Amino acid sequence: MRFLDIQKMAVHALGKNKIQTALTMLGIVIGVSAVIAMVSLGQGAQKLVQDQVAGMGTNVLQVQGGGGWNSGGGARQGNDQQSLTEGDVDAITKEVPTVKLVTPIAQAQGQFVFGNQNWQSRVEGSNEHYLEIRGLKIDQGDFFTALDVQTARRVVVLGKTIADNLFQGSEAVGQTIRIRNLPYQVIGVLAPKGQSANGQDQDDIAIMPYTTVQKKMTNSAIPRINRITVSAIGAQATGAAKDQITELLRERHSIRPGQPEDFRVNNLTEVAEAAEATTRVMTLLLGSIAAVSLLVGGIGIMNIMLVSVTERTREIGIRMAIGSRGSYIRMQFLAESVILCMLGGMIGVLVGIGLSLAIARVMGWPSFVSPQAASIAFAFSAATGVFFGYYPAHKAASLDPIEALRYE
Amino acid sequence: MPERETGSSASTAPVIQLRGVHKIYRTGEIEVHALQGVSMDVKRGEFVAVMGPSGSGKSTMMNIIGCLDRLSGGTYILDGIDVSTMSRNELADTRNQKIGFVFQAFNLIPRTSALANVELPMVYAGVSPAERTARARAALEGVGLAEKEHSFPNQLSGGQQQRVALARAIASNPAIILADEPTGALDSKTAEEIMGMFQKLNRERGITIVLVTHEPDVALHAKRLVRFKDGLIQEDRAITPQDDIMTLLHPLEVHS
Repeated sequence: MRFLDIQKMAVHALGKNKIQTALTMLGIVIGVSAVIAMVSLGQGAQKLVQDQVAGMGTNVLQVQGGGGWNSGGGARQGNDQQSLTEGDVDAITKEVPTVKLVTPIAQAQGQFVFGNQNWQSRVEGSNEHYLEIRGLKIDQGDFFTALDVQTARRVVVLGKTIADNLFQGSEAVGQTIRIRNLPYQVIGVLAPKGQSANGQDQDDIAIMPYTTVQKKMTNSAIPRINRITVSAIGAQATGAAKDQITELLRERHSIRPGQPEDFRVNNLTEVAEAAEATTRVMTLLLGSIAAVSLLVGGIGIMNIMLVSVTERTREIGIRMAIGSRGSYIRMQFLAESVILCMLGGMIGVLVGIGLSLAIARVMGWPSFVSPQAASIAFAFSAATGVFFGYYPAHKAASLDPIEALRYE
Repeated sequence: MPERETGSSASTAPVIQLRGVHKIYRTGEIEVHALQGVSMDVKRGEFVAVMGPSGSGKSTMMNIIGCLDRLSGGTYILDGIDVSTMSRNELADTRNQKIGFVFQAFNLIPRTSALANVELPMVYAGVSPAERTARARAALEGVGLAEKEHSFPNQLSGGQQQRVALARAIASNPAIILADEPTGALDSKTAEEIMGMFQKLNRERGITIVLVTHEPDVALHAKRLVRFKDGLIQEDRAITPQDDIMTLLHPLEVHS
């Protein structure tokens, strides 16, 4: 018997009972689309977290000053919370072997003015390593140098949003803008990063030497360092770096054993990994729940196929009498359930993709359709057809032709 | 219709050769000896009517001849091939190639066109679509249903359905046609038509026919009568022009 004839026969048999076929298929459609939608949802969340991690830079640790609960914002903080010093920065640079680059961060806010345009934004003061630590790129112009930091030059590198708003498309590099009534030279524009996961515009920021921020933009007498951002030499080194920095700073800040620290070291990689692990578990969970519906769909297929075998007992007897081998009968019924499942799987993939896009839109997330989930769910639906179709097909093939012919 | 391939056997060799055939059914503790050593030959071109009351073993005989059932003892040679020891698959292939079935209940596949029904045995035989369609069309034309090839069984009358079944039986050029009460579900006029068709196939094409029936008027169309009783052949004789319904109703008085 020809393979194509078996397929034709199966399609013909499915076409004879369209409503039954459609209803049976619906189980698989729902199962497959649920798997795709759920996994896409989970992987979308995972991707968001990954983007966030990439936004923070790789292998980054942050040392936060002020008893661990100082958010270090632009608002004026009490002097007692300004626990981080330039000495700490130097010590971390020189004494912690697992650390690659270090920059102090001094934060401020201000009104940016160019011509008749103005824009309120954040300023981050750092040293020359900022770009490399954060994994950022310069789009136009240059970043400032160690010399600029030493001499506290009034230079600024603008984020794309500020540059766009102040200069309206004209050349920004080389222009002079005013912040808090002091002129600053724009030496560069950052490559755009887009929105962060929580909807914050990551391009709405300006970078300048931290010395400049300390001297020109804060009113405090003591040079303030809000936090220290550190990059470790590798992903594996971040844990060790955290411990070493903690130990070093405890010593430098003369904190006795048992006393709480006046700083906090955040291992961003660790945080990111935890967040990623959470979303991965969530994806798995959602996927498993959806897989159950696929399983239920499969059981539905088996049920209908068993009914169909009983209903068509006489037909099976006729087919056997005119010379069908048992194996042909088995193949025909198996083909019916596999075609049913694959067709259901295909429709399910389309519905699942549509559902994923719709959910992403509603949630305001970047739309993401998991190609793996789609292909796995489709393959699984075909496998469901084989697995749940085999027993009914085998039952049909094992019928005795004489008994089957006599069946009323 | 082309001359059928007969292999090494000469055309005079019997198409069906049964030797000491036994069939025993076991249902739990009970053993039923349905056939108790039947020997019988059917030559090419014969038209045999198998008669006998229910329980006589004629249905068992028909299942054995039709390769639907396996023997418990003895040998069965069909068209030169020993089928007594065949496996399930080999039996299926043999049914496909050597036997054309015609049943009382027509047994067409529902919601499937007449043409597709006639093609079906050739589908299982792996005949190419073009060839099997051509052969199926020819067979349908042979039974006078050329215009009905796209009709479904439920759109056809009983007589037409049985003609489609007959076309299905002859389309793949079998060694024998095995008809089990082919007129049992038909009115007498249609039954006469169908029997006429059997006779025509036998006379004009030399097709071997084994017909199982309990109706003497149907058996009268055959050329030879084999009567079963209690799992054995009770009577085996030619049907002559002198025979009528009454003479076929009961076995002839056996001498001695």
